[in-house]
Amino acid sequence: MVGLILILLAVFSAATYWFARRRVVLAIANGGPRAHSRPKYHGAHAAIWAAVPAIVVLLVLAAAGPRLTTAITWADLPQAAPAAEPFRSQFQFDAEAIAAGRTPSAVAYSPAQRQALDAHAERIGAINGLLRLGGLAAVLLAALIGGLYAWSRARPDFRARNSVERWVAVLLFGCSAVAVLTTLGIVLSLVWESLRFFQTVSPWDFLTGTHWSPQIAIRADQVGSSGGFGAVPLFVGTFLIMAIAMLTAAPIGLMAAIYLAEYASKFQRAWIKPVLEILAGIPTVVYGFFAALTVGPAFRSAFNGLGEMLVGGPLNGLGLYLMGVQNQMALVAGFVMGIMLIPFVSSLSDDIINAVPQSLRDGSYAMGATRSETIKKVVLPAALPGVAGAMLLAVSRAIGETMIVTMAAGLQARITANPLDSVTTVTVQIVTLLTGDQEFDSPKTLSAFGLGLTLFVVTLILNIVALRIVQHYREQYD
Amino acid sequence: MTDRSDVRAAVQARLKKRHAAERRFRLYGLLAVGVAIAFLLLLLGRIIEQGHTAFITHSITLDVAVDAQRVDPAHPQGANYDQMAAEALMARLGVDADDADNARAARDLLSPDMGFQLLSQVREDPSLIGQTLTIEAPVGDSADLYFKDEISRDTPEDLRVLSNQQIGWLDRLEADGLVESHFNTGLFTRSDSTQPETAGLLGAVVGSALMLMVTALLSIPIGVLAAVYLEEFAPKNKLTEIIEVNINNLAAVPSIVYGLLGLAVFIGWMGLPRSSPLVGGIVLSLMAMPTVIIATRAALKAVPPSIRDAALALGASRTQTVFAHVLPLALPGVMTGAIISMAHALGETAPLLMIGMVSFVPGVPEGVLSASSALPTQIFIWENAAEAAFHERTAAAILVLLVFMVVMNAVAIIVRRRLERRW
Repeated sequence: MVGLILILLAVFSAATYWFARRRVVLAIANGGPRAHSRPKYHGAHAAIWAAVPAIVVLLVLAAAGPRLTTAITWADLPQAAPAAEPFRSQFQFDAEAIAAGRTPSAVAYSPAQRQALDAHAERIGAINGLLRLGGLAAVLLAALIGGLYAWSRARPDFRARNSVERWVAVLLFGCSAVAVLTTLGIVLSLVWESLRFFQTVSPWDFLTGTHWSPQIAIRADQVGSSGGFGAVPLFVGTFLIMAIAMLTAAPIGLMAAIYLAEYASKFQRAWIKPVLEILAGIPTVVYGFFAALTVGPAFRSAFNGLGEMLVGGPLNGLGLYLMGVQNQMALVAGFVMGIMLIPFVSSLSDDIINAVPQSLRDGSYAMGATRSETIKKVVLPAALPGVAGAMLLAVSRAIGETMIVTMAAGLQARITANPLDSVTTVTVQIVTLLTGDQEFDSPKTLSAFGLGLTLFVVTLILNIVALRIVQHYREQYD
Repeated sequence: MTDRSDVRAAVQARLKKRHAAERRFRLYGLLAVGVAIAFLLLLLGRIIEQGHTAFITHSITLDVAVDAQRVDPAHPQGANYDQMAAEALMARLGVDADDADNARAARDLLSPDMGFQLLSQVREDPSLIGQTLTIEAPVGDSADLYFKDEISRDTPEDLRVLSNQQIGWLDRLEADGLVESHFNTGLFTRSDSTQPETAGLLGAVVGSALMLMVTALLSIPIGVLAAVYLEEFAPKNKLTEIIEVNINNLAAVPSIVYGLLGLAVFIGWMGLPRSSPLVGGIVLSLMAMPTVIIATRAALKAVPPSIRDAALALGASRTQTVFAHVLPLALPGVMTGAIISMAHALGETAPLLMIGMVSFVPGVPEGVLSASSALPTQIFIWENAAEAAFHERTAAAILVLLVFMVVMNAVAIIVRRRLERRW
């Protein structure tokens, strides 16, 4: 339906383009007055006026139509409809489903209710049809009025180009406003859903509680029991894995960047950079698969083997512990995440090291320092703020990374600093809470938005600080 | 003059030490690069090692008698075709078909696909009931793994999925020439299935293609126009600054947060269908937009101001200058950036988990509104599956995904090489 109207509108506005253009062409032909704008601008002006108002009307109706129907029919539900919520809403919902030709839910209605449901569905269908007809008329009317208005203005003295360019400017501004709208959408949706969550669980309990078990709170039917929603174990797990990742990525990435920037020949750079870019381009789900099926088992068998050697010796207890280590340890997820971050850290640091002025190096060489001494004593201290910014960006990436931890880290929420333990992270919990069967309104589902909001705020602060540092650093040497 | 040989010796010794430190430091750098490259090779090598077997599969040809007593022509779907196929197998092997254990063991070796093929043939032509049909179908997943030497007969019997008896049967079938190995076309012509041997990627590939189409149609035009505004038109004021800071920060927002946005706004509030390529495409386009904007701005910046000045001097308006001269000249850079960001979007997984693209979808999606999976989520689904045969398919799916990404990046590089102009 909407698609058909859009095609009709496209045809209509193309026709207006042609007519308006022709009108101007005819007016200026055979010694007529000089036109201010080229005929195509007159055509474009008319086409815009034929299409834009109609599309606005169409969008408003498409968005508001179903809500309007609901509002009208909700007010006078039949007598037989169930009085108690949520069954009353379900009744309305089912009636709308029947009216739209979908299958209603499996709720068992009594015969009287069933009859009322069908009648109500019919009523909704009738109102829908009326609205649709009225909407169609409104859209066509808007297109017609817009088109006629623009056509009437298609005279040689009309400044069509300026008008079209104003429209283009509005379009361009609108496009760049999408970025702001996205941010607004993220913030509003996260805050809105989190507020609903925080109505049942206090933010303080959420941020400082040490017991995380959203599943149990549902099963015991104790909706809103605050015991299950303490997120501290998740924060600890996230931090532990992030720390392991950074311990892997920071030295390797930084050293690789130093090598590329200071030592590598042109030929080496030409080869090493693309290889690192490939590493950066591999999807994280692939890293997750690698962690779960290759690195995890390899690490476990290594630790188990080590444990076997220690058992019976002076470190018997440690040996026994190592023999019991499982695949899903924090070390595996953190290590693979670190590998993923190497190209990120190295390319950022590479840029920053390259931005250090050559005069600083030359000065150091002139004093007789070797290359490595120059790097350690001159280049790195000069680049330190920038490198710190790059590391912060990497930390933010590590905290927000989802697939590797979902596939390779566990689900046990516990507070530990032991890298051989299985921990869970904020992102893993969001995925677990929101995949599979879910009711949209349960605190269990809503808690995912609370976690998401925390994640967003933390990464946003890290990014802002990091970008500030990097920018400031750039200005310093520009 | 005092003899400074001791000083010289000390200097020499220190110099030696400093040079050794220099060599060590350089070695660390080389080592770091080596570690990164080694991991890339290890990762790719492991995935090829695990995945290459999935491109080969084994099928079995059996003459199955469709028992007229057991098939009701009015309800052909009511009969147990798997059992008939198993009986045909047992008859071929010459084992007692009435033994329930034997029948179960035989059924395990065959894929349910054999039963489906029998059913569809009988449905099409009911006169086949009572006749003997020759059917070629994939072998069961465990039998397939055995033929690929992934299940070893040396493993103790209770630790492997196939019994000694079944392995003996498989050996005999192979010796009889009933089992054939060939390229696994099913991997590309079938969609997801609960049975590994009949599971394919077609639905996921189509789903990803639809999603990428939506992403490209939304993020490239909007991103390019936004970049044009910011680079060529925007006045230097607070609002522009806010937009710029915004875009930089959006590029660093964790992808899962975009998934939450999609779930709350597009599914919860707007009521768009869950698991659909439309919602996936919109979410990915919001994610890809900052990258497209940043790449386009870089390309626009690279166009020298003299071009703009020349056009303006000849009386073109700003809009005409940008759209007739600057943007066409920046197009190669814009296209390169757009293709690379699309390749990134293709591999993105986490936001798709949020909007329900992890559900089991056995068919090929019909449009942007129908439920669908995508390549990366298919990888995630298969990785979680219990059957060992899904593991090789997961790796194979990763290889397919990587091939798509390599192709897209190669196109971007070619575009850049061919069309890029240096000023």
